Amino acid sequence: MSGQLNWFKGGLLLGAAFLLAVAFVKPIGVSTQFVIADGIIWNLFSDTIVQVNPDSKTGYSSANAYLNKSDGKYAENIANPINYSFIFVLAMIAGAFISSRIGGPTPTSQDRTAPLVWRQRFGEDPAGRYVTVFFAGILVLFGARLAGGCTSGHMMSGMMQTSLSGYLFALGAFAAAIPAAVLIYKRN
Amino acid sequence: MNIVLAIILGVVFGFALQRVGANNPQNIINMLRLKDLHLMKAIFFAIGISSAGLFLLMALGVISSGHLSVKSSYIGVIVGGAMLGLGFAVSGYCPGTSLTALADGRKDALFFVGGGLIGALLYTLVYGSIMESWLFAEIAGGKVMLATGSEKFEPLLPMVPGALLATAIGIIFMLIAWKLPEKV
Repeated sequence: MSGQLNWFKGGLLLGAAFLLAVAFVKPIGVSTQFVIADGIIWNLFSDTIVQVNPDSKTGYSSANAYLNKSDGKYAENIANPINYSFIFVLAMIAGAFISSRIGGPTPTSQDRTAPLVWRQRFGEDPAGRYVTVFFAGILVLFGARLAGGCTSGHMMSGMMQTSLSGYLFALGAFAAAIPAAVLIYKRN
Repeated sequence: MNIVLAIILGVVFGFALQRVGANNPQNIINMLRLKDLHLMKAIFFAIGISSAGLFLLMALGVISSGHLSVKSSYIGVIVGGAMLGLGFAVSGYCPGTSLTALADGRKDALFFVGGGLIGALLYTLVYGSIMESWLFAEIAGGKVMLATGSEKFEPLLPMVPGALLATAIGIIFMLIAWKLPEKV
């Protein structure tokens, strides 16, 4: 695990990222962009999912209730993928790539299929890991959209702003995650 | 300009997630089964210092309170948070770290992101039929924060100056980060 920062330096860097984002633009959030990515693909096959609508405040509306929410804000971002929030999330991947190339922690080829704790518990075959993680992804993003944010937007950005929703989200998430992790992976 | 900022700030955040070890599901799972609290300490410290910094810089007029964006509080925040928590514990990924883990060449992250796109699509499709339900019953007035300091969002504790309250909470978070044991 070469290259991983200790909690103090790592926390400082992470805190700086959240503070800089709100100082210059707005609080960090990620999970909405999964909806935008879906919408960009969906929009290739549908004429109703994004509609130009001069009566809407954003200039866009959608036949879908969720994409039409907040005056068609999501429909607007789907119509214009080069917007702050979507590019931010793509740039995150680039940032992680840069870090891994200039001395950040790098996983072994086995770690790239499943973490050690999974392999010790469920064996080396990656197929089970891939299927399980796929369903976990469905659950996580469905949950994040229901909650209105994820670990970045609700928990980190939310608690940074002393937002009540951030505390409620963290409570719900950890009350489920800690017992689940202890039950699934055991403590030793 | 906005797009340039998106690139710079996104790169900084992705860099930070990678460097603190959050891309590694081993670290997340070990944090959640309370074996290795390295990430928990980093998260507490990050929230504590950024919160104190934010409210102090807002009080000094360096950061505009118009940049705050407080999300609404409703029952679904807790229910959705619990759903996310379950998937988070099983996989060791959250939406942000699954994306940055792609940059590490982690193949399981690719399956998580694929599932995530399906999950987000499912939600987009069902939202219309649940939008009027109890899941969206507001808690404590919806878009509220504990501290004062914003004109848009109501404070729950208006009697305490926001910078003082947020700094106090921030210091508590930093103390927790410092005092939590690294390995359990």
